[in-house]
Amino acid sequence: MNLNFLYNFGRYLVLLRTALSRPEKFSMYWKETMRQMNDIGVGSLVIVCLISVFIGAVTAVQFAYQLQDSFVPSYYIGYIVRDSTIIELAPTITCLVLAGKVGSNIAAESGGMRQKEHIDAMEIMGVNTAAYLIMPKLIAALFVIPLLVCTAAVVSIGGGYLSSVPTGWITDAEYIRGVRSFFEPYYVFMMFVKAIVFAFILTTVPAYQGYYVRGGSIELGQASTQAVVYSDILILLADYLIAILLTV
Amino acid sequence: MIRIESIRKSFDEVEVLKGVSASFEQGKTNLIIGKSGAGKTVMLKILVGLLRPTAGDIWYDQTNFGQLDKRQLRELRMDVGMLFQGSALFDSMTVEENVRFPLDMFTNKTAKEKLDRVNYCLERVNLEGVNRKYPSETSGGMQKRIGIARSIVLEPKYLFCDEPNSGLDPTTALLIDELIVDITRENNITTVINTHDMNSVMEIGDNIILLHLGELTWTGNKDEVLESDNQVLQDFIFASPFLQRLRRAALSSSGE
Ligand SMILES: Nc1ncnc2c1ncn2[C@@H]1O[C@H](COP(=O)(O)OP(=O)(O)OP(=O)(O)O)[C@@H](O)[C@H]1O
Ligand SMILES: [Mg+2]
Repeated sequence: MNLNFLYNFGRYLVLLRTALSRPEKFSMYWKETMRQMNDIGVGSLVIVCLISVFIGAVTAVQFAYQLQDSFVPSYYIGYIVRDSTIIELAPTITCLVLAGKVGSNIAAESGGMRQKEHIDAMEIMGVNTAAYLIMPKLIAALFVIPLLVCTAAVVSIGGGYLSSVPTGWITDAEYIRGVRSFFEPYYVFMMFVKAIVFAFILTTVPAYQGYYVRGGSIELGQASTQAVVYSDILILLADYLIAILLTV
Repeated sequence: MIRIESIRKSFDEVEVLKGVSASFEQGKTNLIIGKSGAGKTVMLKILVGLLRPTAGDIWYDQTNFGQLDKRQLRELRMDVGMLFQGSALFDSMTVEENVRFPLDMFTNKTAKEKLDRVNYCLERVNLEGVNRKYPSETSGGMQKRIGIARSIVLEPKYLFCDEPNSGLDPTTALLIDELIVDITRENNITTVINTHDMNSVMEIGDNIILLHLGELTWTGNKDEVLESDNQVLQDFIFASPFLQRLRRAALSSSGE
């Protein structure tokens, strides 16, 4: 078990090192990066927005309920929705969802290419397949996923508004006052750190799983599932570590 | 020319190749033949470096293949073309994009030059007007030909084909064989072909090596096949009673 873990971890690092070498043809990598940005970014926008609306809405409702009979001013709802989504909910939940959507897709795509000998065919041509298959995805993700997370945070705050203002919990002015109170730019920095680290995990781990897949369709399915499970675990672990490192 | 010396390969204790030495000559079609499971695909993958031999050396002309680092290996591979048993065409790209891929990746040609080269290669394999199709929209024989077009687009010095005509009707199979022979002669390249098709053996076997149970049991050319009294070879080529009768008839008529 332990040896197996070390073997995979070592091979993962070696693959990453190979993936980060000089492209043989810049224009081909550029084209592929643009395609990936479109796939990851545009392709995930709807689901990310949908989830974010609900995250914001639920957070607002729950806090409104808890604050009901307390002496905490009700405009705090806006403040709490803003901070909890920026610090934790937007980056973590968005990236857990993206690990499922983007991650499984990456694992299945590269795994399929391995099994259908596409990777071998490229190797024979002289292509550095680790670089060509991983680098564009990684660059695209590192660029696009923080933007998605940012969008998620904004939409969540909108979701909080939708669930607490029209329903009469608090007034429009109170919610906005809450959203504008006690703002800490440092939290936005934390959000971006998390988004970047999570984006790295949810592209490289599935890419590794797919790149070294063996066997047939059952193994491909397993690789895709494992890619998501491992990415999720690593994202949560990284979340915890970042929380500790950036708050003490 | 490619030379291999005492190549061994094991998968978890099972020895698939047990010390094979041979040479594959330039300007000729070199055949690796043998029964299913004899180790032909493993041999070819070792030759191109997709698998590492457990022991033994491979020489590409003056270059010791095993001692190349990753960069040098990639440079050598610009001179290598390979047709896979399952064609291995990229299914999200059109036929034209497939054949153009090596040009896109490794050359600085203009779009016009690339298109000309792609069209030339497609013409060379008798495929015209399929540029915009996807591989899934073409037949198995066409896919093989597209695979060949893609493997020759960078003008390789070494060409490897894994069962280029398996699963094809005899006429198409013959066409593909002839195509490979022509390309080999025209460009004076070193071609290595895996096959278990006896028609190919008798038509295009300039230099044949027979693998059996992981060992090299026979080498020769197509003209020597008939006369050889190697039992493994005879069992392999003239597998059916019908073919055995044909061989006896051929031998007795040439003896008279
Ligand atoms: N990756 C592998 N792991 C373990 N054993 C393998 C592997 N690849 C091939 N073998 C074994 O090596 C032997 C030779 O296989 P190979 O694919 O070279 O046969 P072949 O001569 O190409 O057969 P065919 O004509 O059917 O394509 C087989 O017994 C196979 O089980
Ligand atoms: Mg084979």
